[in-house]
Amino acid sequence: MILILKDAWTIASKDLSNEIKTKQTIGMMVIFSSLVVLIFSFAFDPTNNMVKAVIPGLVWLITVFSGILGLNRSFLSEHENDALTGLRSAPIDPSSIYLGKVLANFILVTAVQIVSIPVLFLLFDYRFFGKVSWFILVVIIGTLGFIIVGTFLAALSANAKNSEMLLPVLLLPLLSPLLIAGVQATRIILENEVIADASSWIRLMAAYDLLFLAACFFLFEFIMEGS
Amino acid sequence: MLFLIRIYYGGVLMKKNTGIIDRLLLFTLIPSFFIALYLIFIWSPVERIMGASQKIFYFHVGSAWVAFLAFGVVGYYSVRVLIKPRLQHHINAGISAEIGVLFTTITLITGMIWGKSSWNTWWTWEPRLATTLILWFIYVAYLFVRKMDGSTDKIARLSAVFGIIGVINVPIVFMAIRWWNTKLHPVVFGEGKNQSGGGIEPDMLVALLFSIFTITVLYAFLMRKGIEIEKMRHIVKKAKSKAIEKLAG
Amino acid sequence: MLELRKMTKMLGDKLVLRNITLSLEKGEVLAVIGPNGAGKSTFFKCTVGLLQPTSGEILLDGKLVKKNTAEIKQRIGFLGHESFLYNNLSPLENLKFYGKLYKVKDLDSKANALLKEVGLYLFRDMPIRSFSRGMMQRLAISRVLLPDPDILMLDEPHTGLDQEAVALLNQIIKKKRDSGTSILIISHDFEQVHALADRAAVLKKGKIVSTKLLGEEVSLAEMKTWYESEVKSS
Repeated sequence: MILILKDAWTIASKDLSNEIKTKQTIGMMVIFSSLVVLIFSFAFDPTNNMVKAVIPGLVWLITVFSGILGLNRSFLSEHENDALTGLRSAPIDPSSIYLGKVLANFILVTAVQIVSIPVLFLLFDYRFFGKVSWFILVVIIGTLGFIIVGTFLAALSANAKNSEMLLPVLLLPLLSPLLIAGVQATRIILENEVIADASSWIRLMAAYDLLFLAACFFLFEFIMEGS
Repeated sequence: MLFLIRIYYGGVLMKKNTGIIDRLLLFTLIPSFFIALYLIFIWSPVERIMGASQKIFYFHVGSAWVAFLAFGVVGYYSVRVLIKPRLQHHINAGISAEIGVLFTTITLITGMIWGKSSWNTWWTWEPRLATTLILWFIYVAYLFVRKMDGSTDKIARLSAVFGIIGVINVPIVFMAIRWWNTKLHPVVFGEGKNQSGGGIEPDMLVALLFSIFTITVLYAFLMRKGIEIEKMRHIVKKAKSKAIEKLAG
Repeated sequence: MLELRKMTKMLGDKLVLRNITLSLEKGEVLAVIGPNGAGKSTFFKCTVGLLQPTSGEILLDGKLVKKNTAEIKQRIGFLGHESFLYNNLSPLENLKFYGKLYKVKDLDSKANALLKEVGLYLFRDMPIRSFSRGMMQRLAISRVLLPDPDILMLDEPHTGLDQEAVALLNQIIKKKRDSGTSILIISHDFEQVHALADRAAVLKKGKIVSTKLLGEEVSLAEMKTWYESEVKSS
């Protein structure tokens, strides 16, 4: 098991150091998420107080939309020179490829969120009264679930010619429980309501994360198998 | 549309190729169909408040049952495909998905009609209806995976993996939406599907159970026909590629 | 050293490999030749573990290998049609990455030594995006050699190489053979096969129809006629 984690880390650090060098994907994701916030400012009047109610949902929308951009590319980079076959013929458990990509994608998306969520609050002039630590907890657990299922489906759809279109079609229905729970928990925390309500949503999200981490970890080798 | 074409050819081919199970199913299906219609429209009592339009409930629940059953079957055959990759399992999963998406659509439409006539809204976020909507999208996603380019082997494996993930997801979707509803609008879904005050009238229950039975038999019948047609498609495809190979020398 | 027993592989409804039994000795170069579509690449992939054989056994040093474990992948160096390299990284970074996955000891010194051997040491820190095909292939070869595999599997390694690279490759193959590495080559290039291989096996429609020892007595023309007769007969 430790070996799997070590190999996963090797793969993740390759992707991350690559990203640090080129800054291509992360740059695009930050710009895109800021643009989404901008467009939402046109769609919903930011000065209207009623609109503040949409903020918890927007947090997750910008995460998912910009995250899908990054997810699309995570396995595409293994297609040049067929590097994926190189990984598959190396003496590593195929699931370490999965874990490595999950780790790299998670760090990438979280880095984008560090910029985009404050931008969201800024453009909507949102002051929240809740506890920051709980907010961060919800965002982390939710994003983790998103990346767990998203990376898995990115690997699956990378096999198709229209992979960038296929990924959202596959991913979004499966994310429904996570998004419902995430938005509710975020709303409760940002509006400083009873934390106990939020914690039951958070528990649902954590259960979702664990369940799909196990299922995807186990099923990943079936995606890898074959030509 | 594709499915209606399949049914038509199924009917045409019926005369020659019916095995005993198919005959049994058909002989059960046709009378049940008429009995069900009788039970629904004539025998069961007319509901107090909604009137005759309540009868759509029978079609709605029956279709919903099959919609979810079909997805369970997709999951079952997906697991079998991964354990031992046989073309048969892949075909079975696919046909069940096609039938399933059809019945899911029927469930949604009848649900909306039901909602309009009883609560005067076209859509409600009631957990079962909303889960059915998400199920529809998961079905469609599954069918898109099956339409990928690639070898049959690979498609079978990838779609099986997605089928399994999808099946695991559905109960969680239901739980999440149910919580969401109770926390957002604690409404008791009174005069609704099976949740009226004391329960359902015994006569209505009989009609309901029989409708469910009939639609399940219909599902089984459509499955067998669909699988038969798909198998023939594969045989033709194989023969075609063999012929092409021979010609190309 | 490596033995395949009754390996079969079904892809869809097609039987691509039928009952392949083959053994590879230490320090032997075995060439697998055959018409297109015979199943050569499939055969390679099943041996390395990229595809699961439908049935059959693989024995390494006489011991049965469980399918698709890391053990067999550790000891096989697989050179495919593509280079398996990352365009954004430098040769050294590429080697270090694969070195970590293959658990190579003294990674730094080994990587640098290999780069010197294939003549890429000067470019060790340049992203390989700008490399020519010959340079890529040389880097791919060094990637394969990095973990010191006991078995080398080369899928049409001479394709697209210039004279220098071909000479370098053959030199490396001979050196490895002499030090006890077993080498499997798929090739369409009869001259190279004749120059390098100790034995040749003809794979036709998923079956090994014949093997032949190639020594000094067997001329290139003889080899060609043998091949043609094997392929014609059914």
